[in-house]
Amino acid sequence: MRAIGIILAGGNNHRMKELSQKRAIGAMPIAGSYRAIDFALSNMSNSHIQKVAVFTQYNARSLNEHLSSSKWWDFGRKQGGLFVMTPAVTADNSFWYRGTADSIYQNLSFLKASHEPYVVIASADCVYKLDFNKVLEYHIEKKADITVVCKEMEQGFNVDRYGTIRMNEDCRIEDFEEKAVVARSNTISCGIYIIRRRLLVEMIEKCAEEDRYDFVRDILIRYKGQKRIYGYKITEYWKNIASVNDYFSANMDFLKPEVRDYFFKTYPDIYSKVDDLPPAKYNVGAKIMNSLVASGTIVNGTVEDSVIFRQTFIGNNCTIKNSIILNDVYIGDNSYIENCIVESHGTIRANSYHKGENGIEVVVEHTDRYVM
Amino acid sequence: MIKKEMIAMLLAGGQGSRLGVLTSKVAKPAVSFGGKYRIIDFPLSNCINSGVDTVGVLTQYQPLRLNTHIGIGIPWDLDRNIGGVTVLPPYEKSTNSEWYTGTANAIYQNIDYMDSFNPEYILILSGDHIYKMDYEVMLDFHKQNKSECTIAVMPVPMEEAKRFGIMITDENRKITDFEEKPANPRSNLASMGIYIFNWKTLKEALITMADQPGLDFGKHIIPYCHDKGCPLYAYEFNGYWKDVGTLHSYWEANMELIDIVPEFNLYEEYWKIYTKSDILPPQYFSRESEVEKSIIGEGSDIYGKVYNSVIGCGVTIGKNTVVRDSIIMNNTVIGDNCELYKSIVAENVEIKNGCRLGIGDEVENETDPHIYNSGLVCIGEKSIIPENITIGKNACVFGETEYADYQNNTLASGKTLIKAGDSV
Repeated sequence: MRAIGIILAGGNNHRMKELSQKRAIGAMPIAGSYRAIDFALSNMSNSHIQKVAVFTQYNARSLNEHLSSSKWWDFGRKQGGLFVMTPAVTADNSFWYRGTADSIYQNLSFLKASHEPYVVIASADCVYKLDFNKVLEYHIEKKADITVVCKEMEQGFNVDRYGTIRMNEDCRIEDFEEKAVVARSNTISCGIYIIRRRLLVEMIEKCAEEDRYDFVRDILIRYKGQKRIYGYKITEYWKNIASVNDYFSANMDFLKPEVRDYFFKTYPDIYSKVDDLPPAKYNVGAKIMNSLVASGTIVNGTVEDSVIFRQTFIGNNCTIKNSIILNDVYIGDNSYIENCIVESHGTIRANSYHKGENGIEVVVEHTDRYVM
Repeated sequence: MIKKEMIAMLLAGGQGSRLGVLTSKVAKPAVSFGGKYRIIDFPLSNCINSGVDTVGVLTQYQPLRLNTHIGIGIPWDLDRNIGGVTVLPPYEKSTNSEWYTGTANAIYQNIDYMDSFNPEYILILSGDHIYKMDYEVMLDFHKQNKSECTIAVMPVPMEEAKRFGIMITDENRKITDFEEKPANPRSNLASMGIYIFNWKTLKEALITMADQPGLDFGKHIIPYCHDKGCPLYAYEFNGYWKDVGTLHSYWEANMELIDIVPEFNLYEEYWKIYTKSDILPPQYFSRESEVEKSIIGEGSDIYGKVYNSVIGCGVTIGKNTVVRDSIIMNNTVIGDNCELYKSIVAENVEIKNGCRLGIGDEVENETDPHIYNSGLVCIGEKSIIPENITIGKNACVFGETEYADYQNNTLASGKTLIKAGDSV
């Protein structure tokens, strides 16, 4: 594909509550064996984008660890490859990324040194499959300056943490509102853009001159009349996971057969870093109902309507209901967990009781682990 | 200059004919084991865990699966600039082109490969055992004793010793004599088929003995070294080691993995076993499913009931189906309302709805009783079994079968039904 990829994985927000303390949202574990950024990376790899940069800033340790090798997404190559860009102090800049546009500005040399005519910009916190070639075809056909991938949400969907757009019959964007209090549209921007590389360089430089730092506010909204900005509508599965509730429901969606078939069994595949874990093991007393279980897990208790991530230990006589257990959690005997997200590497003592009474509870346990 | 202290040569060319249809299309080292692994993963993982980063894998019989599995060695971190894993098939020469005619002959034909690394020591391994072993400790033993050839041995019960090559040693573990499958064993130290040689010693022996037909380590090279007066030592190993050469021992070794704390523990944090895993999604259990005492690989969908079984990756088990005491390998699909007892089902098999496997009396297999025994049913890879077929014990099916192949929708105990490919 004649494009380079940029994945914006810098951000974090308070809607993730305790889950964001440990990691950038792009590194959030999804569907048992993946991390959120795998979807954007796999889409780029499957669209034959050869060169991808990930811009990251907030607590990137988890993310860096996940991206320590680029081979899992087939980016381990001489031409192009995977680049992870964190803010750096240089002779003329010592700021953190002050916004999405600023993160691109601080890495402008990456853009300038590339030869591909187009840039695909995506965020790391969405679960979806998309062939960017189709978006690029559309972009060229519409003679657009910028193409924004968007999705029409069902009536009643709460759009208040998204950018909403209104388009004319030709799909040219007429109105773009960011996190409006009362939105005038239920078509939301998916945070995926295609733009000509030279135009992007030009606009980002202009932004920087004017001390503007945000891609949406200072480029998309500011230039919506002047530039030809088009919307590319998708109808397939797409979900942003940047709040505890959305994160929870995105994981639970994978319990539906149609979602699993779409992501796991239809071409193309989603890739992730391979962990060398043994197969999951079920001892006497294990009972699993409508649940996903990842490798390396040992189950002795009951699991119902839940997603169990890698390397979890579930003790005797435990009950896990409607919950998400993240990687490497030890759950002691006779524990009861319902409506919870248990943070990774946690140790739940025997005879614990956790139940999310009003919505989903995030359980973070720092108890020392004695036995395993 | 390229220099490696010790490189490994892994013999992976054998057919393993006692595994019946399981090895009719793949070499034994490429047969699945323990849900997601293949047998060769164990010696390969041992190599990298022991710091041996140069491994030549000698292939000959049905190498396709083995080649795709090994690739450039990424799963074992054996993709190296210098060394790493190299697949070594037999090749044509200007004169004397031949297949690998014996274990040592295979090594002999690759003298150039070994020479290119200027090694001090050569580690000879075979690709068909399940064990975890630190070859570095064995090398230390080899160096300490100024040995020229060290043979790994393990103590076996005296009554079983007659099935093995037995080493007789003095109190310093120096080998004084050895005997192959003796009627009255004088020792219970059985050779595990793992050797460390000084490269000089081995090279000299290989070249001197080159004309011996079917050149073999146990039969020719070790006796040659012994007669020449080289110091030979036996390195005693006391961990788990299992030869999975027969269907029964293969089945048993898999079943041992599902014990609460298995003797061979895959869940240890250190000494991991690595394998190439291509699919990653987690496994799904439906509301009606039941599972107990089993291990299950990634990406499997379980709608039925699984007890005491080892299930591979990407397997589907249909509604109301019962799988008990069985091994189901990767990407096999089992329909609804089936029953499987003591069955070994190879990869990519389709068992349609309502089939029953392992039903009836135990009758000796009519064609290969030494292979198909112990009441096991064995289904070869890519087989198809149509709906509502009943298959008895000690039976074997291989190929895309149709109703016409069965009598009254039944394959009685002890029968063999092979439709495709080379017969075993």
